[in-house]
Amino acid sequence: MAERDAPQIDAGTKKKFMFVNRKTPYGTIYALEALEVVLISAAFEQDVSLAFLDDGVYQLVKGQKTTGIGMKNFSPTFRALGDYDITKLFVERESLDERGLKAEDLMAINYEDENEDFAEKPSIRVISRSELSEIMAQQDVLLNF
Amino acid sequence: MSTLHTVNKSPFERSALISALNHLRPGDALLMIEDGVVGARKGNAFAGLFDDAARDCEIYVLAPDLAARGIAESDVIARAKLVDYGGFVDLVAAHQRTQAWL
Repeated sequence: MAERDAPQIDAGTKKKFMFVNRKTPYGTIYALEALEVVLISAAFEQDVSLAFLDDGVYQLVKGQKTTGIGMKNFSPTFRALGDYDITKLFVERESLDERGLKAEDLMAINYEDENEDFAEKPSIRVISRSELSEIMAQQDVLLNF
Repeated sequence: MSTLHTVNKSPFERSALISALNHLRPGDALLMIEDGVVGARKGNAFAGLFDDAARDCEIYVLAPDLAARGIAESDVIARAKLVDYGGFVDLVAAHQRTQAWL
């Protein structure tokens, strides 16, 4: 009891937020809504990261063509996240393996590192399930979609 | 730095329970609520997963959701503890963060 700090919001507070994505992009509204919330969170200058596991890995698969289902392909929006300083997209290796997917099946998503003369660096980091669990345990706030 | 994981979907419909169990760390707690309580029924196809994945974790079930679904307290897996809504609040307060698996 009472281990947790009382909720406080002030201008100087920076918290670690992780958005956990576990669903395919077009079957439900979850994936698109998560991306909307991620973009909103960027405006509040928090330490934001995204996790993709289970069917959520399909959100990052390259070559999505949605004209046939009459829905907007929102996957290119992930490439814009770097401009909002959202540069940590963790993908769970076991989830890729279970689905017969490889890291090469994912979109290239890069950001410009302003600390290294704007060198292009990959935002996607494929990590193990145990590594992801560890990173989740370092967060202040976890929002699942 | 422990986490309370809540699961609100039946394991027969969604993978939320399995995924939560896969990401538990020692000292974490798992609470089954809403349709998630179906996973706590003794003798179900998923009951063995709790022994493997959640060895160092406490398992809880929200009693009002069990009652609503006609699952008797005596039919819940032995290692799960029952909590009421007040107990739910205590669990949230006792952990640094809550992760709601959907």
